[in-house]
Amino acid sequence: MNDTIFAVSSGAPPAAIAVMRVSGPDADAALSALTSGKFPPPRHAALRTLRAAGELLDIALVIRFPGPDSATGENLVEFHLHGGRATVAAVCAALAQISGFRAAEPGEFTRRAFENGRIDLSEAEGLSDLLAAETEHQRRAALTMASGGLSRVVETLRTALLAASARVEAAIDFAEEDDVSPWPERQSALNSIATEIDSMLANPPAERLRNGVRIAIAGPPNAGKSTLINALSARDAAIVSPIAGTTRDVIEVPVVFHGLSLIFIDMAGLRVDSGDSIETIGIARAEAVILSSDVVLWLGEPDLAPDRADVIMIRAKADLGGAPEDTRLAVSVKTGMGLAALAGAIADAARAALPAPDSVALNARQRASLSDLSIEARAAADTDDLILSAEHLRRGRVVIDRISGRAGVENMLDALFGTFCIGK
Amino acid sequence: MPFEVIVIGGGHAGCEAAAAAARRGARVALVTMSRATVGAMSCNPAIGGVGKGHLVREVDALDGIIGFAGDAAAIHYRMLNKSKGKAVQGPRIQADRDAYRSAVQSALATYPEIEIIEGDVDALLIGEARIAGVSLGNGTNIEAPTVVIATGTFLNARMFRGDSIVSGGRAGERAASRLGQQMRSLDLPMARLKTGTPPRLDGRTIDWSRLEVQASDDAGWTLSPLGKRALPQLFCAVTRTNRATHDIIRAALHQSPLFTGAIEASGPRYCPSIEDKVVRFGDRDGHQIFLEPEGCDNRNIYPNGISTSLPVAAQSSMLQTIEGLERVAIAQPGYAVEYDYLDPRALDHCLQSRAVAGLFLAGQVNGTTGYEEAAAQGLVAGANAAALALGLPNVRFERDTSYIGVMIDDLVLQGVTEPYRMLTARAEHRLHLRADNAETRLTGFGIGLGLIGERRASYWNAREAARTTAQSVIEFGGERAITCRIRRDALDAAGVRRLDPMLSILPDGILDELIEDARYAPYVDRQRAEVAARRASTCVTIREDLDYGAIAGLSAEMLQRLHAARPATLGDAERIQGVTPAALSALMVYNRAGASR
Repeated sequence: MNDTIFAVSSGAPPAAIAVMRVSGPDADAALSALTSGKFPPPRHAALRTLRAAGELLDIALVIRFPGPDSATGENLVEFHLHGGRATVAAVCAALAQISGFRAAEPGEFTRRAFENGRIDLSEAEGLSDLLAAETEHQRRAALTMASGGLSRVVETLRTALLAASARVEAAIDFAEEDDVSPWPERQSALNSIATEIDSMLANPPAERLRNGVRIAIAGPPNAGKSTLINALSARDAAIVSPIAGTTRDVIEVPVVFHGLSLIFIDMAGLRVDSGDSIETIGIARAEAVILSSDVVLWLGEPDLAPDRADVIMIRAKADLGGAPEDTRLAVSVKTGMGLAALAGAIADAARAALPAPDSVALNARQRASLSDLSIEARAAADTDDLILSAEHLRRGRVVIDRISGRAGVENMLDALFGTFCIGK
Repeated sequence: MPFEVIVIGGGHAGCEAAAAAARRGARVALVTMSRATVGAMSCNPAIGGVGKGHLVREVDALDGIIGFAGDAAAIHYRMLNKSKGKAVQGPRIQADRDAYRSAVQSALATYPEIEIIEGDVDALLIGEARIAGVSLGNGTNIEAPTVVIATGTFLNARMFRGDSIVSGGRAGERAASRLGQQMRSLDLPMARLKTGTPPRLDGRTIDWSRLEVQASDDAGWTLSPLGKRALPQLFCAVTRTNRATHDIIRAALHQSPLFTGAIEASGPRYCPSIEDKVVRFGDRDGHQIFLEPEGCDNRNIYPNGISTSLPVAAQSSMLQTIEGLERVAIAQPGYAVEYDYLDPRALDHCLQSRAVAGLFLAGQVNGTTGYEEAAAQGLVAGANAAALALGLPNVRFERDTSYIGVMIDDLVLQGVTEPYRMLTARAEHRLHLRADNAETRLTGFGIGLGLIGERRASYWNAREAARTTAQSVIEFGGERAITCRIRRDALDAAGVRRLDPMLSILPDGILDELIEDARYAPYVDRQRAEVAARRASTCVTIREDLDYGAIAGLSAEMLQRLHAARPATLGDAERIQGVTPAALSALMVYNRAGASR
């Protein structure tokens, strides 16, 4: 039997209100322990005085959601508390006293909802993104997922795959039937399924939404990189926390910038003591970081810039003057010159590196499955052996099943018997 | 004499059940309503086909009756899907009904352990949720610790034609109504299905000269490697319905019990009545009909594709719109039959009832259709009934080694919503489960279980020795092995024979089998790896007393499916249609929690 779990699910206090969620078979025990009088009717809010050991804790709204018709599929109780730290801590302490109760682990509510069949895997993943969403862009993309955006796309693919599979299986099991013709369009139909999947895979990955777009600031030392980062961060962004990167030489600065989650990567400490050309070595050292980033701000000489499309060329310290034919974006932190234009350019580049908020963003697991599916669809198209084509389609059905369930033999047979008049 | 196994019913399931139990050493009473109809073919005169032919070869590889009797009675051989890979080629014969029946009866006569008893079984004798025998209509009781019910469509059967409804399981034969009533009163989930059969035509009134004919394959293959082509080969013919036929059917629909509501049970989608075809696929301008001879001395023709329960007059006028049948006479009209079946999810993988120990069910009574499906279940039920009675090991077939395993697993886990027919699409290990390697897959297994008679065992031992030697020859040499060359250079049998003297004298059957093995080896190896991985992760046993209702959040449909099938392991549960990964993890968590309590 599951424990009953509780946690504040509205974000860290202090805040105006804090929603304390209790989920599990004994969730009602929280109401019995902290309140007196009758339980409110299911899904109706009621005002109750919360007490523990005779002490007044809070006056709060309480709502009961008896399972299985609750967000987690279990009995669920919500306390809408006044959001002070002391109140929340006292209620937590009181709940922990109830036998069978414990604090929830991260993600445990979603996990229970998934295990109880309230949401499918793609929805569960979408929900966890939604809960972690820090920016408007993340929130909208997560909403698309949680409301079944991926499920709908997968459903379309599944229908196409089942139809293809049904045709091939009909040609095998009912070859004698005059209604079942060979399927000359097999290759083109299967290839077009694969092409559709490939175009979904071409969408930027969902991890960028959650983890932020990586923006490398590169160039020789003393080019003004750190100054530039500080200026950009200070403008309309909040530095969340500076984290030392995996490489000692790299500092990652996560910021929220124009409603986007970004990580500025400063390659600090690039010091070369040998006589080698500073620029060359700087580029060599920075290369790995640059490769793993989505956008590069280049503060060095244009002809030494990394050869890729998403590089924003910057002429820093522009207040010191420069050649008029220089086409780089002139920026001076000292005078503020060009900073607004640079911010706009960064935001544009970052948006391009993100999945569009209303499109379906795929995480690594979903991408891997769809990429398997695309491979199977192409293999099914490429072979002339109908049995192998059917085998690849069968594997494809297993993959679709893995993403959101339900593409088994019976579904294929339904598609088959719905299409063909078969039977002697 | 005292019996260990009682088999009720002498059709394809009953005969295989009796014979399999006898081969394992049990003394068997085969109870039939009529000795003369033992081994009768109720519907079409064909045996085998795609998927079904695989089952025939598997039952034959386990020394069953159907393949051998089929060869003895065959008047037409056809290898379906001949142009495709061997994995989906389906051997099929048309049988002379009388010859088939007498071949089955002669086969049973070779088993001294089997006694055929004529009588109606009125009741099962049950004590303490355990079977004790059966009681016959004449008042005598037969005792035995195990009973196999193989009553086909006879339980509470009713036949329909036009507005006439007659109690009976087959034209001219009565139903098993008392037994049917008792089954309904026991704690067994019974429900209804329907099927149908077309009118039989008088072959002398068909204008054959106008029709396209199909001659028998001349390749000389047989259903059983021990069988022989014994009878002269006849031909089949093909014709089709047309708009005029469909108009007559549409005009008569109000007289069809399928559409008046008289029949409520669902029938097979892959074998719809001609009424169904016209209603559901009204845009088609015609449906194919195969005209199949029913025997050498039998003038009746079976028109495959137009099963119907229209009134006789409508059957006749519909037929006469069809090319070649303009003056046809009906020898016996078509009809539909509705019958009781047991939801097979109440059975375990040995086909034994979970509610009544010692009670086994096999064949159409489990919601399947077809002689081949029935025969295969009969073999499983008979072999396991003998196991229970004699204290021998159970016989369990797996999905990755046989179509029999696929069918049993589908039946006991998924149940049926229409009469279940074998299709190769149901077998995820189709590439390996071929009709041509059934012996290699199963006969050795059968010998280990005491299911194989001496004659076949000695034949098989010699074949297997030759096959394994040849296999080591073609697999020797790593990258340069003949197996690789078969794949790379698409070598055929003649090409392979030239490579090694040992291979040059190998019988065709073994060589073809090895070549086909080589062709799909990479796929089969990958599937084997998947099976091994899956076995490791899904062999977790589910507690027998697990209360699915207590698992929060399972949908009503899922709950119902799990409850009905009571999967024994997580692997079984995973295969149940509609069980989502989420439900499975909830089940896993709940099962684990219960185990630790």
